[in-house]
Amino acid sequence: MTTIQKQANNQIAHLSAEDIERIGVELDAIREQVIAGRGADDAAYIRRVITTQRVLEMGGRTVLLASLFPPAWFLGTAALTVAKILENMEIGHNVLHGQWDWMRDPKIHSTTWEWDHATPAEQWKHSHNQLHHTYTNVLGKDNDLGYGIMRVDEGQRWHPFHLGQPLWNFVNACIFQYGIAAYDLELGKNLAKSRRGAPEFRARVKQTLRKIGQQVTKDYVVHPLLSGPSAATTITANLTANFIRNLWSHSVIMCGHFPEGVETFERTSIEGETRGEWYLRQMLGSANISGSRLMHVMTGNLSYQIEHHLFPDLPSNRYQEIAPKVRDLFQRYGLSYTTGSLPRQVASAWKKVIRLSLPNNFFGHSEPVRPRGAAPAPVVMRVPNTPEAELVSTSSR
Amino acid sequence: MATTQTPVPLRDTLRARARRLARLVTTPLVPGDYWSILDPLGSSTDLRGRVEAVLPETADAATLVIRPGRGWAGHKAGQYLRIGVDVDGVRQWRSYSLTSPPRPDGTVTITVKALPGGTVSRFLVHHLQAGTVVQLDQAAGEFTLPATRPAKALFVTAGSGITPVMGMLRDGADRLDDVVLVHSAPRPEDVIFGAELRGLAARGGLRLVERHTDVDGVLDPAELAVLVPDMTERETWACGPNGMLDALQDAYDAAGSGQRLHTERFRPALVAVGDGGTVTFTGSAVTAEADGATSLLDTGESRGVLMPSGCRMGICFGCVVPLREGAVRDLRDGQVTSAVPGDGVLVQTCVSAAAGPCQLDI
Ligand SMILES: Cc1cc2nc3c(=O)[nH]c(=O)nc-3n(C[C@H](O)[C@H](O)[C@H](O)COP(=O)(O)OP(=O)(O)OC[C@H]3O[C@@H](n4cnc5c(N)ncnc54)[C@H](O)[C@@H]3O)c2cc1C
Ligand code: FES
Repeated sequence: MTTIQKQANNQIAHLSAEDIERIGVELDAIREQVIAGRGADDAAYIRRVITTQRVLEMGGRTVLLASLFPPAWFLGTAALTVAKILENMEIGHNVLHGQWDWMRDPKIHSTTWEWDHATPAEQWKHSHNQLHHTYTNVLGKDNDLGYGIMRVDEGQRWHPFHLGQPLWNFVNACIFQYGIAAYDLELGKNLAKSRRGAPEFRARVKQTLRKIGQQVTKDYVVHPLLSGPSAATTITANLTANFIRNLWSHSVIMCGHFPEGVETFERTSIEGETRGEWYLRQMLGSANISGSRLMHVMTGNLSYQIEHHLFPDLPSNRYQEIAPKVRDLFQRYGLSYTTGSLPRQVASAWKKVIRLSLPNNFFGHSEPVRPRGAAPAPVVMRVPNTPEAELVSTSSR
Repeated sequence: MATTQTPVPLRDTLRARARRLARLVTTPLVPGDYWSILDPLGSSTDLRGRVEAVLPETADAATLVIRPGRGWAGHKAGQYLRIGVDVDGVRQWRSYSLTSPPRPDGTVTITVKALPGGTVSRFLVHHLQAGTVVQLDQAAGEFTLPATRPAKALFVTAGSGITPVMGMLRDGADRLDDVVLVHSAPRPEDVIFGAELRGLAARGGLRLVERHTDVDGVLDPAELAVLVPDMTERETWACGPNGMLDALQDAYDAAGSGQRLHTERFRPALVAVGDGGTVTFTGSAVTAEADGATSLLDTGESRGVLMPSGCRMGICFGCVVPLREGAVRDLRDGQVTSAVPGDGVLVQTCVSAAAGPCQLDI
């Protein structure tokens, strides 16, 4: 993909400025509906997930005390893996987004939550919530696009270093939580000589190392020691659980923005961006994963990446409910809603990583083929009873 | 001076070690986060309670029997309890006077009157299920009987204002030599604890004067003086609407007995309104437009900010937050407090509203 503005036939060319603002008004209305309906059932949902996660985790760890016995190892490792995935995906990521702040429960709040992850919540919130969600898919601004080590868009300049990116991507997948910690610290940029000694950077490194120290002590020292004769097998169990979680979350996150069909944007295009334009960028810059209810929960509902990017702070259990409305909106405005099964989206993302490890046009053809074909024919309709004044006020936001 | 080292008992050292170990395995959470799944009342840091029963008192009032969890430090009759409940999924805290004396079985009661449109009171009276676990805070408040009991006491209450006084009566205030209770309610059937009070009076524990405001009108101090001629000579505890309390205070002050009158208010007397402004909660990255009548506490809470709070009426200082920059108005007297960057003046968010743009450090 090339940034949307540079494409000859870009899929937003048919939208007028008013259309875009109308999309914004419609999306605002969907958001308001969910906010008005948030209540006891949603609160019960997140509490149930948290309780399930904690019971699974402690159950798994307890069973692993006898991990020398292979069935105990398998059972305990499975429980711990699922618990660790739930903790990061459906709970941690979403709590840290403030999706549950409205409950005002100090135990489930973005300002107090700490997660089972190498990176301290505070640093992740900054790089993820403030940078990635604001500058989604803007080349040169959104460092999530390739995490600064990969080229995932034709618009990014090729460098011989990128030849190795399939390998970098694989290594990153295996150690993903540490990759994120390094990324949150902006290690690449900050290790440049001039910045290495900056006190603010050093303080953050210290904070991260402390966090990693606590995590490692828990998984690889205390839990094994408590297992006595099963110490060695408990270490392999923890290693396995963390490893599988790394692969899983890396795959899910790759599916969010890397598959073919996802658009990228020029740095200059977001200057003075209106609310409608911001929404549009989120719509086109993300991709969903289709699958079962269980799959959605295990991805932390990031399988509804489009809905999540439109409304990062709505409770994750509601994305499923609004997805048909959002999809209908795409349809009506002639935009393509990128989605596919997990294997298909993972393959698509990997294909891109591999293809872009080589310079553009390496195999001769100019534009990559759109895998999902042309966007549906636009059925742009006017929203009835939308006063012009409302449009103006929205666009000036 | 020489210091002597008392040896720490082995059991305590072991317990402390076990606790530290448990912390290491539960990081980044704490052991209590897991333990509370099994035993929600077991935490000593997060005080909770279980509602054992909801007993109707009148058509719109009910008594909640609550078993406080570990860490409950007990209470004195007349004090109040802060309770946090989830209404429509949102945590709400309110204060309620304890209507039980300290009891050997460890349970306490509060009695709530459902207000029209009241978020929490209607929930507690009409929807709360026995068995629900609620958040609690330790009992607080100075509206209590002194250790040396007064020879002559007067209680003046109205509506739900009977609650702290009921706590005192049940704790033995009826055994004082000379007790008068003047209580107002719209109709006889609206009198909370009506039967119990009338029973106490019949047994000679107190002189009860019931006022039914639908027919008798609202009590004023002049009438009270007729009903209880020596009222300003009595140690007096009053609880009810602010208008009644203000009038009583004036009457006692005029008689030079201001210090004999003890009052408990259920809500602040708010008078001042001005222009609002944009409030920024800097630590939470939340910005909200607020009018001049809405407290900063309500504004923050409605946006999901974890605001500290207490009595919600300007007495406990449980809600203070540093005002980093800008101006806020005290809703009780209209006084404006302003801060320039770096100041960090502490303001009571429950009785202050924005008076222009302001930044709170939370
Ligand atoms: C120290 C203390 C002790 C208290 N003890 C008791 C008690 O024993 N029993 C009891 O029922 N309540 C008691 N209260 C009052 C209680 O804390 C709540 O304020 C009350 O239940 C209303 O809460 P709500 O959420 O239902 O109303 P909200 O939703 O907060 O308010 C709804 C409406 O009612 C008005 N309102 C709020 N409080 C009052 C009030 N007290 N009287 C009249 N109108 C009001 C509001 O202005 C608003 O218009 C006590 C308050 C304090 C500070
Ligand atoms: S909450 Fe008690 S003073 Fe504000």
